[in-house]
Amino acid sequence: MPLVNGGKIADDSFVKLAVDTPLPESGDILVPAERFVGEAGALLKRAGKVGVIWPNNCDIDELVPYLGKVATVALVFPTFRDGRAYSQARLLRERYNYRGDLRATGQILRDQFVFMLRAGFDSFEVKKQADAEAFMQTAKRYSVFYQPTGDGRITALHRRMQLRHSEGVGT
Amino acid sequence: MYAYDEIDRTLVNERVSEFRDQVQRRLSGELTEDEFKILRLQNGVYLQLHAYMFRVAIPYGTLATNQLRALAHVARKYDRGYGHFTTRQNIQFNWIKLAELPDALADLAEVGIHAMQTSGNNMRNVTSDQWAGVAPGEIEDPRIWSELIRQHTTLHPEFSFLPRKFKIAITASDHDRAAIKIHDIGLKLIKNEKGETGFEVLVGGGLGRTPFIGKTIKHFVHGRDILSYIEAILRVYNQYGRRDNIYKARIKILVHELGIEKFSREVEEEWQHIRNSSLQIDDEVIEDIRSRFTYPNYEKLPHMPDELRQAAADPEFEAWRKNSVSPHKVQGYSIVTVSLKPIGAPPGDATAEQMDALADLADKYSFGEIRVGHEQNLALPHVAKRDLPALWKALDKLGLATPNVNLITDIIACPGLDYCSLANARSIPIAQELTRRFANHELANLIGRLHINISGCINACGHHHVGHIGILGVEKNGEEVYQITIGGRADEGAALGNLIGPGVKFDEVADVIEDVVEAYLALRERPEELFIDTVKRLGVEPFKERVYATR
Repeated sequence: MPLVNGGKIADDSFVKLAVDTPLPESGDILVPAERFVGEAGALLKRAGKVGVIWPNNCDIDELVPYLGKVATVALVFPTFRDGRAYSQARLLRERYNYRGDLRATGQILRDQFVFMLRAGFDSFEVKKQADAEAFMQTAKRYSVFYQPTGDGRITALHRRMQLRHSEGVGT
Repeated sequence: MYAYDEIDRTLVNERVSEFRDQVQRRLSGELTEDEFKILRLQNGVYLQLHAYMFRVAIPYGTLATNQLRALAHVARKYDRGYGHFTTRQNIQFNWIKLAELPDALADLAEVGIHAMQTSGNNMRNVTSDQWAGVAPGEIEDPRIWSELIRQHTTLHPEFSFLPRKFKIAITASDHDRAAIKIHDIGLKLIKNEKGETGFEVLVGGGLGRTPFIGKTIKHFVHGRDILSYIEAILRVYNQYGRRDNIYKARIKILVHELGIEKFSREVEEEWQHIRNSSLQIDDEVIEDIRSRFTYPNYEKLPHMPDELRQAAADPEFEAWRKNSVSPHKVQGYSIVTVSLKPIGAPPGDATAEQMDALADLADKYSFGEIRVGHEQNLALPHVAKRDLPALWKALDKLGLATPNVNLITDIIACPGLDYCSLANARSIPIAQELTRRFANHELANLIGRLHINISGCINACGHHHVGHIGILGVEKNGEEVYQITIGGRADEGAALGNLIGPGVKFDEVADVIEDVVEAYLALRERPEELFIDTVKRLGVEPFKERVYATR
């Protein structure tokens, strides 16, 4: 499953651990939430980066104490029709000011890239190679956005205000 | 009328090109049907019994004549020459070919029409009063706010994959023509004591398998906060709405399970985090949207022109005028409802020829504007009273002047088993038979206002729960069986109907309805007491006794 990071297909340095996989001595690891919370002390002491896979039915508030310590947060789309992780992503970015890597995992198709970028994701475990290759093209598919989110793109409403002021409409 | 600007046009075109890519990937096999299903539903494409069905949005029910002509064009070029207006201000085409869909969308995009989010588990087409902007006594035009919300809910990056579909309706009149109490969010535009615009917000209404009337979650949300408040409701729903069972996934179930108090506390807490964010709307933004709605330059016209006085001698004209013509806020003008319920025909259908001709009439008589109502009729919102006789003649020639608006033959019905893959029973033939039984205008008029709503399955697209008489088709032991309720209503006094007895077979339905109506005529206190009021006064029992006594 290709990883897209920074807009390009990239190597995934993280190894996913199951709940009971022995802890490797070094290297970057992605750990399921329950194991992460249980063993956070030990996990964070070892060499190598630590990321957490946070399920979409767990309150994101519980992750907040660890946000400064993890290298990545992976949010889960068990199927692409299950959109809970979009809310989790926006809360992490916009309410808890999480600035680290935010990864989308699960059933990720190109058709979600724009939504995910807007919600604050910056890396993507894409299901199909062709979708991963189409990332840049797909990400630029839209130039107009009606809603403000933490990605800072200017919304249609504000663009209109700028146009009005620059054209002196209404004065 | 709202006129798209370059920004709106760009977005719609970008959506068309995305959809073209999705169809291409499906046709090439790159997308599985399972994957494509979700994507096509996001754009109003269902797979029905015989073909793909394509549902196009008519936001808040307002159409310009070039838009109606474009719908006629799609009916003619890509379908079988007709379209079907639905109960949520959409139009459906039933015979569309998948490979041609992107072209149909592109043709519609040219006139600012789209099919975004007309199905799927996302925020659906925002609906409103079909008389918005012209109804006497309206607080202000709710379409300004509807358009604001339309934009905000279009391709929302957080809420495009909700637990289930999500419908918002807005009204600004005391008499609710938008059925806000049966929506996931209902907004009633009101003013506070300072004269500022805001909304009473209702949540958790809906029909389907488990019907609920919406409950007030907040008595006043200021207009500048309405987007953040809606966003707070959706964020709570997106995270906590059930996803384990499709029949329990609507927000009404979450509201019911948590209770309105707990639910509203959750929303309130979320709202406090986001209300002072960039979601807050300043007056200038509203003014900008308002400035792109155009209003007619009405003439100063007499209340009772000679043309109308003379036409009053014609009983056929008078019969039509009495139920199709409604007061307008401007003197000398009327709102004309165009019945899409001819006797013996499927409710809500219009042919391409009718659509084109109606567009011409709207240009001539209604400042180029047409409205679509949830009762599956159209309306011409700005007709000078002096033009009513001429308009009536022209509509009559087109088969669009059936004098039955709000009468018993003005039936709401879903497509049912004739088209729909979800249906258990036929709806359209029931409606057709009922219109024949009550075809006599004198009889229909004697009965007075009476709404019959028919659904061909529990999903309730025909709003049977809120029909004065509701008919629900179900399947029992391989047979179509119809359950009949009375006493439902969808307006400001919204209520769910009550069953009058055991289900009846397909060919008995019309007889039973005739019996119900006969019972009403015998039971009503005076001719002015409407069916719905008699049911309210007496309850179901006396109807049940009379209808089932001989069965």
